[in-house]
Amino acid sequence: MSQSPIVEMKDISISFPGVKALDGVDFRLFPGEVHTLMGENGAGKSTLIKALTGVYRIDEGVISVDGDVVQFQGTADAQEAGVSTVYQEVNLCSNLSIGENVMLGHEVRGRFGVNWKATHEAATKTLRKLGLGHLDPRASLASISLAMQQLVAISRAMVTQARVLILDEPTSSLDSNEVEQLFSVMRQLRDEGVAILFVSHFLEQVYAISDRLTVLRNGQFVGEYATGELDQASLIGKMIGKEITALRSLDSQSAARGHRQDAETVYLARGLGRKGSIEPFDIELKRGEVVGLAGLLGSGRTELARLIYGADRPDSGDVEIHGHKVAVHTPAAGLRRRIAFSSENRRDEGIIRDLTVRENLVLGVQAKRGWARPLPRKQVDEIVDKYMVELGVRPSDPNRAMRNLSGGNQQKALLGRWLATKPDILILDEPTRGIDVGAKAEIQEQVLQLAAEGVAVIFISSELEEVVRLSDRIIVLKDHRMIAEVTNGPEVSAETIVKIIADHSTEQNAPVARAHKTKEVAL
Amino acid sequence: MSDNGTGPAGFLKEVVRRQYFWGVVAIVLLLLVNLTKDPSYLSIGWNDANGALVGNLVDILRAAAPIMMISIGMCLVIATSGIDLSVGSVMVIAGAVSMQFLAAAPNTFAGAMAALGLALLVSAVVGLVNGILVSVVGLQPFISTLIMMLAGRGIAKVITGGQNTSAVNDSFRWIANGYLFGLPVVFLLALAIVVLVGLLVRRSALGLMIEAIGMDPQAARLAGVNRRGLLLAVYSISGLLSGVAGVFATASVMTVDISRTGYQLEMDAILAVVIGGTSLAGGKFNLTGATVGALLIATLDKTVVFLGVSSSATPAFKAVVIVVLCLIQSDRVRQLLRSRRTTGSRPSRKEAVAA
Repeated sequence: MSQSPIVEMKDISISFPGVKALDGVDFRLFPGEVHTLMGENGAGKSTLIKALTGVYRIDEGVISVDGDVVQFQGTADAQEAGVSTVYQEVNLCSNLSIGENVMLGHEVRGRFGVNWKATHEAATKTLRKLGLGHLDPRASLASISLAMQQLVAISRAMVTQARVLILDEPTSSLDSNEVEQLFSVMRQLRDEGVAILFVSHFLEQVYAISDRLTVLRNGQFVGEYATGELDQASLIGKMIGKEITALRSLDSQSAARGHRQDAETVYLARGLGRKGSIEPFDIELKRGEVVGLAGLLGSGRTELARLIYGADRPDSGDVEIHGHKVAVHTPAAGLRRRIAFSSENRRDEGIIRDLTVRENLVLGVQAKRGWARPLPRKQVDEIVDKYMVELGVRPSDPNRAMRNLSGGNQQKALLGRWLATKPDILILDEPTRGIDVGAKAEIQEQVLQLAAEGVAVIFISSELEEVVRLSDRIIVLKDHRMIAEVTNGPEVSAETIVKIIADHSTEQNAPVARAHKTKEVAL
Repeated sequence: MSDNGTGPAGFLKEVVRRQYFWGVVAIVLLLLVNLTKDPSYLSIGWNDANGALVGNLVDILRAAAPIMMISIGMCLVIATSGIDLSVGSVMVIAGAVSMQFLAAAPNTFAGAMAALGLALLVSAVVGLVNGILVSVVGLQPFISTLIMMLAGRGIAKVITGGQNTSAVNDSFRWIANGYLFGLPVVFLLALAIVVLVGLLVRRSALGLMIEAIGMDPQAARLAGVNRRGLLLAVYSISGLLSGVAGVFATASVMTVDISRTGYQLEMDAILAVVIGGTSLAGGKFNLTGATVGALLIATLDKTVVFLGVSSSATPAFKAVVIVVLCLIQSDRVRQLLRSRRTTGSRPSRKEAVAA
């Protein structure tokens, strides 16, 4: 590692209306290193990347490249300075050939315009440098796998003489062999002196590839660490903002509720799975129990929930509901089987912003009844009155458009929509994210209340304390696979879960080359 | 419905805020223009021979009938954030089917009914095919219905063997040229169908669901709304209504003109919907507005002819009227006018919102 950083960001702050997305964040990137940016959702990772690539203007702070202070007015400026980005969704032109994509904007020009022969030769040379010599530059980009496309995108960055390469979640849709291939290219580039900024939610991959880590939390800088000096448990602690000691002090409070283990089984799945989304899993839900799903972002929590509801179509496994074998392949089918699913993506998959609160509340029930049997006005009024009051939705005028409500109240109204369908199984994906403390407590209370009434609740949250506090059982996920199931009790705490995640090493998934052995922390 | 209308002033405010209010204003203005050219333009007479009202207004109503049909079908499709470019071609298919059938059938009421039924069935099937292309195959609505728009005229040509088939059937002709209570049957039928469709979508949950999938398909799907079924239904309804429009258009002359019947009427329908205050982005829709829009288009067509605007300048004239109308309706222009009125020049505050 050379002495001076190629990129130095000092005291960066960016505000959006009402939110401070970045608050005095420092970040240094040295030539010849792979540096991973870590943080939970909303920590500010992508905002920082967008500041560095010139997408966002910074409000405060200084960015310097090679020691010179720069002010990027747009992405073109950043590319000019040698900062190239490969996004999660490959942004290449799938209708062009591989070679054209690699050389786009840098075609070799001859006397009669572009010299395609020379262009493709140049492309081949670049590809060969990255060990992709087997690719035919004249083949269409669409004809190669997503992983290969990602590597082509990196080759393209090389043509632009990038000295800084930003890889934003490049591995999220790759299988383990493809990840290994990507990593070998990354190592080669690193050894050539390219500085690589890497983002991934897969802890094993982070430990396999990165030299250093910078952790962000809630838009603030937590620290910069050498990967070898920070074990997984401490890293998770820093990401979610609880020191290991603090985690230990939080005890489970659900033991007192004493859910009866002999309750009737409502839902039973065996080998339910979907390729590329979540490995096959077994799950059993009993009447009146709260099952928490714990795991880091991207661990497969949401994917699991979506399969149960039918939001995604499973490609393996059997499902029994109340002892009857059924197929739940669409949300409508899920709803008919009395399953309700509240998505974590409240804005895009939950509420319908331009409909009124009233219409949002009855949409689920109405969809279940079908279009031809409209809910009588009286019944609509009953549902609206009941849930507006019971859940404390404010303002209490149901004829307002949903978009005018605060996040917490939107969430409550959304919960009302699902409760109105009278579900046996209620799946809540991050129901408390981004809402204020008061609304949060009300929703948590509602969950326990529902369980007491006999609903089987699946509760998903990034906040482990919350999961531990509410759940009777906790299912732990990591890297798109169910890794453990813990029956909650006095001895179970958020720390227990962190330890399970940190200790579980998915060897078959993780590239082994530079994997750091996870050291056990004395807890 | 809304409760901020206090007294007549509030009511007026409420009316002005309706998007189609300006459509009504435009109709009135056009009629006034015609009136200045011919003071007797609005006069309505009584024809004892067939017991009917006669006059320019009656002609406008008659001409509006087919446009009303395709406009409300288009309105529903647009609400799902789709578009149906094939309405004009479905009209010519329906016309071809009915004329070809009637040319061989006896001149009886039963024959007319059979022709009507057959034409509407074929139209609904064409609409259904559009729906399948959009919802099952997953093609973009623009492309799917563009294909049908181009194919439709070809299909009609095949049906008639390339001829502009004419037929004779008095019952069928009565649909377009008859009178009931002094008004053209064709307009009464169109009005009845508009009311029927309005009741269908607003009294059932169809309207809510159409708006839901138009606003946010993902959220609507997760809420359990059957998007596929709804799209099939909506495109079929649009096809069916276009068939009705086709029957109206051909029955008046009892001839299907393969190259002219329904030609470019998809544009009129889209305009009528937009004038009526339904956004092309989908979501909230307004059938009354679409009907007003259809009446405006018909008025405009008649005005152009009446004023003697040369046929080569007709599209331009039409365009000017519609552009002005759309400008008046656009929020940005309204805001601009309002701020000019109140504070002279206030800097636009919308631009500062984060990228």
